[in-house]
Amino acid sequence: MSPAYALKRCGLIVYTLLVVSLIVFAITQVLPADAATMLLGENATAEALAAVRERLGLEAPVWLQYARWLGGVVQGDFGTSLRTGLPVAPLMMEALGRSLLLALLSILLMLAIAVPLGVIAAVRRGRAADLIVSVLSYVGVSLPEFVTATVFVLVLADWLQILPASGYVAPTQDPLRALQHLALPVLTVSVILVAHVSRMVRSELVDVLHSDYVRAARLKGMKPRTVLLRHGLRNALLPTITIVALDVGYLLGGVIVVEEIFAIPGIGRQLIVAIQARDLPAIQAGALIMAATYSVANFAADLAYAWLDKRIQYD
Amino acid sequence: MTDLISRLARTPQGAAGLALVGLVLLVVVFGPLLAPYDPEAMAPLLRYKGPSLVHLLGTDQYGRDILSRLLVGARATVVMAVLATLLGTLVGALLGTASAFLGGRADEAIMRTVDAVMSIPSLLFALLIVNLLGKSGLNALLAIGIAFAPGMARVARSVALAVRKQDYVNAAIARGEGGFHIVVREMLPNVVAPIIVETTIRVAFAVMLFATLSFLGLGAQPPAPEWGLMVAEARKYLNLSPWMLIWPSIAIAIVAIGFNLLGDGLRDALNPRT
Repeated sequence: MSPAYALKRCGLIVYTLLVVSLIVFAITQVLPADAATMLLGENATAEALAAVRERLGLEAPVWLQYARWLGGVVQGDFGTSLRTGLPVAPLMMEALGRSLLLALLSILLMLAIAVPLGVIAAVRRGRAADLIVSVLSYVGVSLPEFVTATVFVLVLADWLQILPASGYVAPTQDPLRALQHLALPVLTVSVILVAHVSRMVRSELVDVLHSDYVRAARLKGMKPRTVLLRHGLRNALLPTITIVALDVGYLLGGVIVVEEIFAIPGIGRQLIVAIQARDLPAIQAGALIMAATYSVANFAADLAYAWLDKRIQYD
Repeated sequence: MTDLISRLARTPQGAAGLALVGLVLLVVVFGPLLAPYDPEAMAPLLRYKGPSLVHLLGTDQYGRDILSRLLVGARATVVMAVLATLLGTLVGALLGTASAFLGGRADEAIMRTVDAVMSIPSLLFALLIVNLLGKSGLNALLAIGIAFAPGMARVARSVALAVRKQDYVNAAIARGEGGFHIVVREMLPNVVAPIIVETTIRVAFAVMLFATLSFLGLGAQPPAPEWGLMVAEARKYLNLSPWMLIWPSIAIAIVAIGFNLLGDGLRDALNPRT
């Protein structure tokens, strides 16, 4: 990847965040009730409302409010929460850390399941194993997270009682219990990703196994296992990186639901709480941080792709 | 059309998808007629019942018949999802085709902005819009439609660009055909196919998104027999009756699987090379 291209990509991330900040600010700013009414309630006197508006800078024209807000955001200051009165940024970053742990574990579990499934389906193409994997993946992509989550709770926490149904323990506090509490959320988030990625691995691998260089390797008398792993899987996994990065969008959406269900104090749950309480600075911060995470993940995937596959030259 | 359906029925996904979506459409149209009970009728003595001959799928926390609620609720869930997807497709296709038509810097600017909007997860985007408009089924429909538009714009643009470069379009230009004829007779039929495929698969996603919004309390409101809402309520009574949870979950899955299969089947059937 040429430095010029990397620079252009960074510029695009900045543009993306600028557009997202505009959208988020516009959506939250045209809310029927303004921040002052939300702070003081419907019955506040006109004088009190005016005083709060003055303090929050709500009397200024909208573009000026946006400029002030953006100026703060650039310096890492997302404003003060209307709900708690505390600065939003530290709270959100802490929550983001918990969500990233959940997301990372989910991606690891997903890869550990999806890649072998995809390989089995590709190698046994058209046979029973392929059909089973294909049916499973159709079911997997067709169940919303809240359904899989509830079914997992019903079976693993309610009936078998091997895992806790909800709650969160910090890994620094008690790593084992933290993992137990994360198990169901991670399982839930992984389901859709496993279904999607195993199908991708299968179709990529089927294509690769039909290529000339795989045939050449076979004719050379290499062991089928070596051909599959060295020539087949290695090339089939490359496009999968891009798919995983694009799936980060679904992953973040899934994280919102899963955190809400399992009461994990991550960024998704913070966002839902903020939306329900109409806590504008918190909503703006949460949405912007999520979009930034998505953009950075895709950039990282492009970098990894170019680094792993020397044939790819971005320019 | 009949040719397409017979091609569709020849692939396993297409046949299964046709059957499932056909079943779902039947339920959407005739559901309320088939429902054995009034979906809102409460029966305090018959609460949390499992499946039986009287109540085929059992009853919920108010003794309401679950089968009747599912049959009637199909409209709330499926029709809303289809309409939301169509809205997103329409807006997205217009935006994407316009972008491809304009080309150059305008195209670049539009698509970069579309990319930027796509970095907001659909669920989050829908949540923000519902928060803005107020919680109701109709607003959830608008929210999902708007959240889908950028993705559809991307698909429509890439297809329109590819089609514009095709030999048959150049041939039509060389024959001296008018611009309108080229767009309508040469380009549109070839642009429509991939968009139909994408739309079909998106319906599955919309059903799930719509149910999720209702589940979070931001879509359909109680006592509507919307399926996501039924799952949300069933969670509170898991210990008393798991059936309340299982049936609407299966219903959501059937619709989503059906549209996913149909979309994949259509992709194969509409692809002239296979």
